[in-house]
Amino acid sequence: MSTREAFGKALVRIGSDPSIVVLDADVSGSTKTSQFRKIYPQRFINFGIAEENLFGTAVGLAYSGLKVYASLYSVFVLKAYDQLRIIAHDNLEVKIFASHSGLTNSSDGWSHQTVEDVAVFRALPNFKVIVPADAVEADTVTEESLKIKGPIYVRLSRSESPIIFEKGLRFELGKGNIMNDGSDVYIIANGNMLSIAIKAVEELKKDGISVGLINMSSVKPIDEELIIKAAKSTGAIVTAEEHSVIGGLGGAVTEVLSKHYPVPVEFVGINDSFGQSASLEELFRFYGLTSENIASSVRKVLKRKK
Amino acid sequence: MNREEVKKLKEISYRMMIDVLQMTTEAGSGHPGGSLSSKDIVAVLFFKVMRHDPKNPSWEERDRLVFSKGHAVPILYAALIEAGYLDRSYIKKLRKLGSPLQGHPEWNPDMMIEATTGSLGNGLAIGNGIAFAGKLKKKDYKVYVLMGDGELQEGTVWEAAMFASHYALDNVIAVVDRNGLQQSGPTEKSMSVEPIADKWRAFGWHVQEVDGHDVEALYSAFRSAQEISDKPKVIIAHTTKGKGSLIGEWVTEFHGKPLSKQELEKLLPELEEKHKEEMKELDVN
Ligand SMILES: Cc1ncc(C[n+]2csc(CCOP(=O)(O)OP(=O)(O)O)c2C)c(N)n1
Ligand SMILES: [Mg+2]
Repeated sequence: MSTREAFGKALVRIGSDPSIVVLDADVSGSTKTSQFRKIYPQRFINFGIAEENLFGTAVGLAYSGLKVYASLYSVFVLKAYDQLRIIAHDNLEVKIFASHSGLTNSSDGWSHQTVEDVAVFRALPNFKVIVPADAVEADTVTEESLKIKGPIYVRLSRSESPIIFEKGLRFELGKGNIMNDGSDVYIIANGNMLSIAIKAVEELKKDGISVGLINMSSVKPIDEELIIKAAKSTGAIVTAEEHSVIGGLGGAVTEVLSKHYPVPVEFVGINDSFGQSASLEELFRFYGLTSENIASSVRKVLKRKK
Repeated sequence: MNREEVKKLKEISYRMMIDVLQMTTEAGSGHPGGSLSSKDIVAVLFFKVMRHDPKNPSWEERDRLVFSKGHAVPILYAALIEAGYLDRSYIKKLRKLGSPLQGHPEWNPDMMIEATTGSLGNGLAIGNGIAFAGKLKKKDYKVYVLMGDGELQEGTVWEAAMFASHYALDNVIAVVDRNGLQQSGPTEKSMSVEPIADKWRAFGWHVQEVDGHDVEALYSAFRSAQEISDKPKVIIAHTTKGKGSLIGEWVTEFHGKPLSKQELEKLLPELEEKHKEEMKELDVN
C-alpha cells in the first residue's frame, strides 16, 4: 500500500471531527481525499486547479478556528509559497499531506517530482516536517496530526511501499526510532529509503560490519539526543533520503552533529539535480538511491573514521 | 481552404491520434484525453497556420507554440514526428530514461518546444515574454499559446491576460481547449470557468469561439485573429476530450490513463474503418 492511500483511509477515520475541512485542487482521486469527500461532502472544498487560492483560503479558514487538511501533489503545494509563509508566520492549524513526493511520480518527470520540498519546509519557521516510511507509519502520523499544534508538512508517496512496521506503531514528533543497534556506524534514513537501508544493513552484516539503523521520520523537530548518541557510540553516520542532499535529512543531521559532536558523515540522496521521466526503479538506480550505494557509503565513512 | 487541404489536415490529425495512442500505451502512462482534444488545433497550427521550417528549426522568425497544457505533450511530439523534427523511432521513447520525450515539455528550441511546462497556469505569461521580446527585437513572429479549460482556474492565467492587453501584445494568439473536463471531472462541477468568452473580453482580448475539430473553422479563426491589431486574441475551441478514440471520448479517466496494449490492439482496426468512412464522406459532401 502507498502512504497516500494510508493517509486517505486514516483521514476518513479522524474526519468525524466537525472542525476538520479538507482542501483539494482537482487531484482528490490521486491524493485519496476522494474518500473523505464521499462521506463528508460539506466539509470538502475543491478549488479546481488553483493552489495559491487554496492556501490563501486555508489561512482564512484556520483564522476562523477550523482545522485545515490540504492534500495535493507536493510540487503544487510549493506553487503557493507566498501563502505558505503566512501559514507559517501565523502558526496556523494547516496540515499538509503532500502526495507524489520525491521521485514517486516517476513517469510524469521533473515537473511533477520534488527533490527540495523537505528543505523548503524545514526553512519555514513553525512548520514541522514528517516523512513516513510506510503505510502503517503514514496512518499513525495522520492520526497523531490532530494532536500536533501548528502547521505540518507530511511527505507522502505515489508509489507502493513495502510494509515495514506492525500495526500499533507509535509516532512521537521529534523522536527517531532505532530499527536495530550497531557498533561500527549508524545509518539514519526515512521515507522510501528506510526499506532500502534495511537491505543495506543485511548486506553489510555479511561482511561483518555492524550497522545500526535509525528511522528519522520526524525531520523537524529532529531527535538531537538520538543523533548524538549514535555518533558517540559509533563515530560515523550515513544519511539516506529520497531528496536533494542539500537541506533535507542529511542537512538536518549534520547541523546537529557539527554543533554537538562532529563525526564523518556520508550522504545518500539526490545530488543537486532535478528528476526526469522513467520508471521508479530506473530513477532510484540512476540517482543512486540503492542499497548498494548505501553500503558503499558506509564503507567510505568507515575509512574516514579515525 | 480547399477540399484537398481539409482532407490532408484530417489525415494528419488521424495519424497523430494513432501516434498518441501508441506512444502513451507504450509508455504505460501519460495523458491521452487532453492530447486528442487538441489534435485538430495542433494539426491546423503546425501544418497550415504557423511559419516554421523543419530544416532550420531554430529559425528566429518562426512562429512559436507554447504548450501551456503541458500534460498533453504527446500530441506535440506527434506533430514533431509528422513534421520531421523527430524520427518515427521516438514513438517508443515517450517517458523513457534519458529520452528527450519527457512526460512534460522541456524547452528545446531546436525541436520547436518553446517552453518548459507541466505545472499549469504558466504558459500564457511565458508566451507574453516571448511576444514582448519579439516586439523589442522587431521580429514579426506570432506566439500561439495552448491552454486547457481547467487551467483557466489558475490565477496566473488572468495576471498574464491583463498584461497582454495592457501592453497590446497583438502577436499573442491564445487558444483555450474547451473540452469541458479536467482531472477530477467536468470543469463546471470542479470550479466553474464560465462565462469564458466574457471574461477574456473583459480583460481586453479579442474573442472568437469555434468548433475545435472543424479544421476549416479553426483555420479561418486563426486568419482573422492574425488580422486584428492592438490587442491580444483568444480562440475558444470547443472540443471533445479523447476525440476520435471512440472508447475514450468524454471519459474522465482517459485524462491520465492510457489504453492497455490489448485495448489498443482491438481498437486500431475500428479506428481505421471509422476514419476511412469519414474521409469518404468528405468526398461526397
Ligand atoms: C499547477 C498544476 N496543478 C495540478 C496539475 C495536475 N493536473 C494535470 S492535468 C490536470 C487537469 C487539466 O485540465 P485541463 O486544463 O482542462 O486540461 P485538459 O482537459 O485539456 O487535459 C491537472 C489538475 C498540474 N499539472 N499543474
Ligand atoms: Mg479540459
